[in-house]
Amino acid sequence: MSDQKPAAVAHSGVQIDDPQLAAEFAKLKGVFAPQTSAIGLKVTRIERSKAWSQVDWREDLVGDAETGVIAGGVLTTMLDSTCGAACQAALGKLTPMATLDLRIDYMRPAEPRQVINCMAQCYKVTRSVCFVRGVAYHDDPEDPIATAAATFMLTGEESYGGLEVAVA
Amino acid sequence: MSDVLSPESVAASIARIPYARFLGIEFDVKGDELTLVLPFADHLVGRPNPPFLHGGVIGALLEISAIAQIAASSGAKTTPKPIDVTVSYLRGGKPMETYARAHISRLGRRIANVRAEAWQSSRDNPIALLHGNFMLKRED
Repeated sequence: MSDQKPAAVAHSGVQIDDPQLAAEFAKLKGVFAPQTSAIGLKVTRIERSKAWSQVDWREDLVGDAETGVIAGGVLTTMLDSTCGAACQAALGKLTPMATLDLRIDYMRPAEPRQVINCMAQCYKVTRSVCFVRGVAYHDDPEDPIATAAATFMLTGEESYGGLEVAVA
Repeated sequence: MSDVLSPESVAASIARIPYARFLGIEFDVKGDELTLVLPFADHLVGRPNPPFLHGGVIGALLEISAIAQIAASSGAKTTPKPIDVTVSYLRGGKPMETYARAHISRLGRRIANVRAEAWQSSRDNPIALLHGNFMLKRED
């Protein structure tokens, strides 16, 4: 499957201090996951087992025109992608995977016109499954907008296709 | 909840969600059944080669189907808010039209408990399932 293209891109804007992770994520250069680009999601930092991302408020991403609060679905995409990136960072190697299950608790509405941040940590890797937690917040992860618990299955395909995150 | 849904009230509840327009969500009402329709578009893809729908898009479609079903069934003029949702992904979303339908398990005064499913070529083979609780905002 040599024509397979990776699904994400690592720019110099993303902070990766771990040299092995930096080399691995650098392989993604040049290709975006279309939906993460479409909502303007940017991965900002990668550490071993952890990933951070950001999405700006935008009028067309609003879930309630009356309040201007960003849609739950945008947080779903953000948490799913960031949790996936944390799994990649835990494995230390770009590995095809698919979301099995994603639970999201919506703690409070996001503030209109404010940047939303996200942090995810993969806390267990087995031979075929990764377990991850994620949190979306404005300034303080201790004051969450939403939290997620997700499981990802390693699909074992010969491609980068499972990486659903645009690193920018 | 067996009442016939009015397409106008469904259209109004979806029109209050700009993000549904961003995704390109359409809908179809037959009697008391509301089906959301998501035509395929390139920007919905999560992994390009071969293309699969982003898991977040499928989750969002299910969530919006639950919200629209609650709004239409309860006659609420405000958008129901998700409290918690669990999405199980059963199959990869192929680059084709996707459908979603929600069933309200219980419609209380403040909380609606909902199950929803998304499918593509065959309703018997859903690609994802949602189970969640939503807050109804009372206007009075």
